[in-house]
Amino acid sequence: MAVTRSIQNLMIQSITGLGHVVTDLIEGLGEFLIFVGKVLRLIVRRPFRVRLLFQQMQFIGYESTFIILLCGFFIGAAVSLQVGTIFTIFGAQSMLGAANAKALARELSPLMAGFLIAGRAGAAITAEISTMKVNEQIDAMEAMAVDPISYLVVPRFLAALIMLPLLVALFNLTGQAASLMIALNIFDIDQGIFFDKMARIVSWKDVWSGLQKAIVFGGIIALLACRYGLTASGGAKGVGRATTNSVVMMLLALLSVDFIITYLQIVWK
Amino acid sequence: MIEFQKVTKIFGSFRVLDELDLHIPKGKITLILGKSGEGKSVTIKHIMGLLHPTMGRVLVDGEDITDFSDEQFQEHRKKFGMLFQNAALFDGLSVGENVMFPLREHTKMGLKDMRARAEKVLEEVGLPGIQRKYPDALSTGEKKRVGLARAIVNHPKIVLYDEPTTGMDPLVSEMIDNLIMEVSKRNLDLTSVVISHDLKAALDIADNVVMLYKGRVQLAGSPEAFRSSKDPVIRQFFAGKVDGPMEFF
Repeated sequence: MAVTRSIQNLMIQSITGLGHVVTDLIEGLGEFLIFVGKVLRLIVRRPFRVRLLFQQMQFIGYESTFIILLCGFFIGAAVSLQVGTIFTIFGAQSMLGAANAKALARELSPLMAGFLIAGRAGAAITAEISTMKVNEQIDAMEAMAVDPISYLVVPRFLAALIMLPLLVALFNLTGQAASLMIALNIFDIDQGIFFDKMARIVSWKDVWSGLQKAIVFGGIIALLACRYGLTASGGAKGVGRATTNSVVMMLLALLSVDFIITYLQIVWK
Repeated sequence: MIEFQKVTKIFGSFRVLDELDLHIPKGKITLILGKSGEGKSVTIKHIMGLLHPTMGRVLVDGEDITDFSDEQFQEHRKKFGMLFQNAALFDGLSVGENVMFPLREHTKMGLKDMRARAEKVLEEVGLPGIQRKYPDALSTGEKKRVGLARAIVNHPKIVLYDEPTTGMDPLVSEMIDNLIMEVSKRNLDLTSVVISHDLKAALDIADNVVMLYKGRVQLAGSPEAFRSSKDPVIRQFFAGKVDGPMEFF
C-alpha cells in the first residue's frame, strides 16, 4: 500500500514538474515575443537615435572585422584542404574553388560569423546591459522617462541587422581568398580553372541565401543578448549567469534557425 | 501632492505594503523612515510608476496614475528627478553626458546650451569642471552629487532621494543635506521625498516625517512630533536599539 502511494506521489511530482517546465517555457516564449513586438514597434517610432546606431554599428561591425578576417581565412583554408584532399581521390580537384565557395556562401560564413559575433558582441551586449540592470541604471533610465528598449535595444538590433550581412560578405571573401591560395600552392590548380568552375557552379542566389541567414542571425543575436541583459538579477553572479545563458541560447538558436532556413530555402527553391 | 490610498504590494508571498495610506504634501521635504525591508524604496518606485500596486490607488497631483499605460507613465515620469541609492550613473557616459541625459532626451536644447546648463548644475553641487571625467574616476560622494545634478537638471516638479547620504562621510552627508534644502528653497513648488537612515541630519532638513512599519504608516507628522513621540516602536527606532517591540525578520 505504502509502495503504491510512493509511486503515485512520484508520478504526481513528475507530472507537476513537467507541467512547471512546460508552463515556464510557454511563459518565457510569450514574454520574449512581447519583447520582440515592442522592439519592432519602437523601430518606427521617434526618437530615432542615429548616433547610438552608428556607435553600435562600429562596435558590432567594425570592431569585429579583424576576427572575421582571421576566422574566414583559416576556415576557408581548412575546408579547402579537406575538400581538395577528397576531390583528389576522384580526380576532381578542379572543383575545389567552386565547392568551397558554395559551402562558404550558403552555410559556413553565416554560421561561423554568427557564432563569432554571438561570442564577441552578443556576450558583451548581455554583460553590459545586465550590469546596468543590477546597478539600477536601467531603473534610472526609466525614472528619467526614457524607454530602455528604445534607447538600448533598438540601436543594437538595427546595427546587428545591418552589420551581420556585411561581415558575412567579408567572411566569404577572405575564405575564398584562402581557398585560392591553397588551390594554387598545394593542389596546383590553375587560377583560370579555379575561377571558371566557381563562376559556373556558384550563383548570386547562393550568396543571397547566406546573406538572408545573416540578417536573421543578426536579429536573433541582438534580441537574445538584450533580453537576457534586461532580465538579469542578483549582482555580479547574475551578470555572469545572464551572459552564459545568453551565449548558450544564441548558439542553440543560430543552429536551429539555420536548419529551418536551409530547409525552407531548399523546399521553396 | 502625492497620495496612496490603501496600497498593497505583494512580492511572491511577501506583503511589503499593507493597505498603506500615505499623504505627501506639495512643496515640502518629506522624509520616509523605516528599517530595511519596510518598503521605502518600493513606495517611491510606486510614485514614479516603476512598480505597480497589487491593490489600491496612487495619485500624483490629483491624477490617478494606477492604471496608466506605458506611454502615460513615460509622460508622467518627466515631472520627476530621482537620486538613486548608488547614484546609478551610466558608466559608458562621461559626467557631462550623464547630467545632460534628461536634457538630450526631453528638450530641444542645443549642445552648447546643454553643456552650459550641465556645468551650472555641477557648480551648484560643488563639482565644477568635471564634465569630461567618467563615473569610475569619481569617489562615492562625487557620484552622489553628480546623480543629484542629473536629478535636478531639467527642473523637475518632484525630486525623489533614495538614501542620499548612505555610505558618505559626515562632511559630504551634510553637504548633500544642505543641497537638498537649497534645491527645495530655490523652488518653493518643488516636492521632495527623501528616504534616509541618517536620522539626525534627515530630521533637520525635513518638513514632514513618515515612518513605515509592517507596510503601514506608524507615524506621520512634523520632525518635532517624531522626536517627542511616545510610541515604543518610534522610540526604539530613534534610539537605534535591537531590544524592543519592533520585529526583525
